[in-house]
Amino acid sequence: MSSAVSSAGTATESGAGFTKLTRLQIARRAAEMIPDGSFVNLGIGIPTLAANVMPEGKEIVLHSENGILGVGPGPAEADRDRDLINASKEYVTLRPGGSFFVHSDAFAMIRGGHLDLALLGAFQVAGNGDLANWTTGDRRFPPGVGGAMDLAAGAKGIWVLTDHVTKKGEPKIVNACSLPLTAPGVVKRIFTDIAVIDVTEGGLVVREMVPGLTLEQLQTMTEPPLTLAEDWRELVVA
Amino acid sequence: MPIDKIVPDVAAAVAGVKDGDTIMISGFGFAGVPNDLIHGVLDSGAKDLTVISNNAGTGTEGLAALIGSGRVTRIICSYPRSKGSDLFDARYAAGEIDLELVPQGTLSERMRAAGAGVAGFYTPTGVGTDLAEGKEVRNFDGRDYVLELPLRADLALVQAYKADRWGNLIYRKAARNFGPVMAMAADLTVVQVREIVPLGEMDPEAIVTPSIFVDRVVHIDNDREWDI
Repeated sequence: MSSAVSSAGTATESGAGFTKLTRLQIARRAAEMIPDGSFVNLGIGIPTLAANVMPEGKEIVLHSENGILGVGPGPAEADRDRDLINASKEYVTLRPGGSFFVHSDAFAMIRGGHLDLALLGAFQVAGNGDLANWTTGDRRFPPGVGGAMDLAAGAKGIWVLTDHVTKKGEPKIVNACSLPLTAPGVVKRIFTDIAVIDVTEGGLVVREMVPGLTLEQLQTMTEPPLTLAEDWRELVVA
Repeated sequence: MPIDKIVPDVAAAVAGVKDGDTIMISGFGFAGVPNDLIHGVLDSGAKDLTVISNNAGTGTEGLAALIGSGRVTRIICSYPRSKGSDLFDARYAAGEIDLELVPQGTLSERMRAAGAGVAGFYTPTGVGTDLAEGKEVRNFDGRDYVLELPLRADLALVQAYKADRWGNLIYRKAARNFGPVMAMAADLTVVQVREIVPLGEMDPEAIVTPSIFVDRVVHIDNDREWDI
């Protein structure tokens, strides 16, 4: 039996025979699959972590909706600049070739269809690609839409990075979102802590699963029916 | 008469702010927030304010202090809840502040429209969601778009990096964010800057906000750390 540790550091799926990826590993796997030369926005949450694990040898330009193209990794503490933060309000750096611009231009890039890809977090994703990630409807937790609706409507591709199930163990990949939508039918690929799943017209197709996980186990944690890609592979990340 | 928009202090910069005003406040997270000007509004005693800003303040100073004071009855923003937004969260939970949640790109474009004399625009952002409820939806070339209207303010409080006496502005890094569109969209635009330079010293090719959009400039020397 493996030790099965979740991103929160708590033992889960005890005895299930597989190990969940950490948040950083989810980000790393998504980063590895970004095509060379892409202009990409990283949303709040797990996606932001991808900036620190971009693959060597590719030139990928990261966009931040507060007016940055060419976001680099986080700086050493001594090099922090309070005028240089990302959309998650974390200190970042600027790569050579990077630029700053007004918010309305940052969103012209998004809404004008210029971004190749946006990596977003999710509360729920439906089998048809519907995305819900801006409100839980609970008044104790004010809603926050930020740039999520703009990205969901404007980027050419939307990848979601999320834990596969909620802290209570409920599926986050559902038949229909019960939470208010961010945008209908936009998600193309889902990276979770146990699988990589494509949203296709024929339904959800599993491309990768962590070692030891079976399709049957994955199905019990996922509402819509899953099919396994013929060329599926084990989800292994450094 | 030489044009001179430089005022001596924060009180002079925000002079004229009144009850019921709508105030735009620049900044995203802690970058580019005009904290001294916000405290100027707080000290003015103006109440029943509507604030337009991306966030709703964090910590105990700046926008959080203004909201905590109970003077803000309504906020128009994209992302009110952040780590440390407790003063907003409490007022929101108690129903003491109205929230109009606007997608961030729609927020900045509505300001740009106001500043540019555009009466409204159609955008795909928000179509099919609760935030488009009650708004006109129109189909262009097979895709649905929602009608969004311009967003104006009585007063814009902006932080920039350098200004001259005409009010030309440059910003610093990601602290630029909403500054340029807010400067366009308010009846009175007030800017706090870290440096004032002689007229003609800024590279005309590099000026981000041209002087026509700016009414008052105040030099804030003490660049202290704020609890925001």
